[in-house]
Amino acid sequence: MALDRLTGENSLLFIRSEQLFDLARTNSLWYISFGIACCAIEGLMSASGPRFDFDRSGVFFRNSPRQADVMIVAGTVNVKMADTVRRLYEQMPEPRWVVAMGACASTGGPFREYPNVVMGVDKVIPVDVYIPGCPPRPESVQYAFIELRKKIRAKTEERLAARRERD
Amino acid sequence: MSDARDDIVTVGLLAEGMHDPGVPPAGIRRAPTGVDDLATEHLIVNMGPQHPSTHGVLRMLVELDGEEVKNAEVTLGYLHRGIEKLAEHRRFDALGTLMDRGDYVSGIMGETAVALAVEQLMEIEVPRRARWIRVMMAELNRIATHLLWYGTMGLDTGAMGPFLYAMRDRESLLDILEAVSGARMMFNYVRPGGVVADLPVSIEAKIREFCDAFDTYVDEHDAILAGNEIFQARLDGIGVIDAEMALAFGLTGPNLRASGVDFDLRKRRPYDAYDEMIFDVPLGVTGDAMDRFSVRMEEMRQSSRIIRQCIEGMPEGGYTAKVPKVLKPPAGEVYASVESARGEVGIHLVTDGGTSPYRMHYHGPSLYALQALEDLMPGYLLADGCIMIGSADIMLGEVDR
Ligand code: SF4
Repeated sequence: MALDRLTGENSLLFIRSEQLFDLARTNSLWYISFGIACCAIEGLMSASGPRFDFDRSGVFFRNSPRQADVMIVAGTVNVKMADTVRRLYEQMPEPRWVVAMGACASTGGPFREYPNVVMGVDKVIPVDVYIPGCPPRPESVQYAFIELRKKIRAKTEERLAARRERD
Repeated sequence: MSDARDDIVTVGLLAEGMHDPGVPPAGIRRAPTGVDDLATEHLIVNMGPQHPSTHGVLRMLVELDGEEVKNAEVTLGYLHRGIEKLAEHRRFDALGTLMDRGDYVSGIMGETAVALAVEQLMEIEVPRRARWIRVMMAELNRIATHLLWYGTMGLDTGAMGPFLYAMRDRESLLDILEAVSGARMMFNYVRPGGVVADLPVSIEAKIREFCDAFDTYVDEHDAILAGNEIFQARLDGIGVIDAEMALAFGLTGPNLRASGVDFDLRKRRPYDAYDEMIFDVPLGVTGDAMDRFSVRMEEMRQSSRIIRQCIEGMPEGGYTAKVPKVLKPPAGEVYASVESARGEVGIHLVTDGGTSPYRMHYHGPSLYALQALEDLMPGYLLADGCIMIGSADIMLGEVDR
């Protein structure tokens, strides 16, 4: 795997701690099992089913927000729900990421005309990746996780570059 | 329970010959005698909306005495998205999209309810082939719904395996549904006047293949859970709904039939082509969670039987009646209902002659099952409460609408 490539023959690994943490983080993105509406069936249930099997890429569900790194907002967030979403997000330990899955979580989707529906979960919590679709296929969710990994790595690179410049 | 545990501790320690059971060794504290006379404080626990066994965004306030539920209060509205209101601004052929998102696991049946209502208003004669396709799709969808319920029922009792097996079968079902309708979940396939497209070529072979496989798989599914002693112990005698209570709460679908009431809209008020199909309606005896489990398992077998009849005798003809592009039913009022996987899904339409309904009411079965839960849970352990929620198979999208 990646580690073999890094270590080579001598089995000695020189790596910045940030990069090491990234390596660990990007390969075990645990999401909180929090299905709100229709998207949850595709994004959380089919996704953890045998065909798509997110588990093999280290993406697995946790029932407690305190053990989760990622929150997949899968469904329509309404005004009553917005509070809960915010609270769950705040309970998650740093660093944490949010994937807005589906039209509803991104913009309000088919229900955006209804005043009780929040027009996108980004009105309540910061979102890292948006997935279009109603509902998006599990493949799209997989793609979202690939993008999320890139984003996590890019952030560290950025930080390291900034430090190099400063020193 | 606690007595049994005490016994085990005593026996274990005695076997090592360490002490006299009358005197607890240092470090082991026994409850003081006469503890039953002491009052305990009730604890109010907030269960949900984020909870793995509430199947969506159900929130319950449970008052607990130890682990025993004293009182349960359901809080609704976490998924209220105004389906009924939005329907007043949708064209009649677009109502199905909203119904798909109401009960999002059994979309075809919801669409059929709307289509039937509009057809009754406009007096459209649906071609025979279209009616047969609808029946076939509805039954495929029913199996998919029950499979999802079966998987989560396993998860509720602490078994992960059944979920994976159920999802495997569900994926092959979704493949068929996708081949026919173009979508895995939000089909929008059944429209007023018929269905939106004919069956694709050679889908029959695929469906037959699925049915053949599924007939053996369903027995496997049944054996994995119902043959498991732990599962039996967790479900037997839990959440008993007798016939009288079921009727009083207005339960429909498998929940009602598990109580022994023979009421299935497919038999009682046949719509589409159900009067031409041969199938049995499984009934329960006591109405406990185990009965609800067996009724649903048997329903899957019956659905597979109906699907077989559909592919064997699929009539030739058009897949849709001649309907105008913009549907404009005359002013009036109509109620149409179908037997969805969870019970009676009814659509009450009031029209004023325009292109969208004046008012739509969406009658779903889950709300009634939820009301029964409030009455059922007190007196049981909290863990049994989760079993009741699971076995009632509620769908929050349909409760809150
Ligand atoms: S985007 Fe579509 S599928 Fe997802 S929650 Fe919204 S309505 Fe349901």
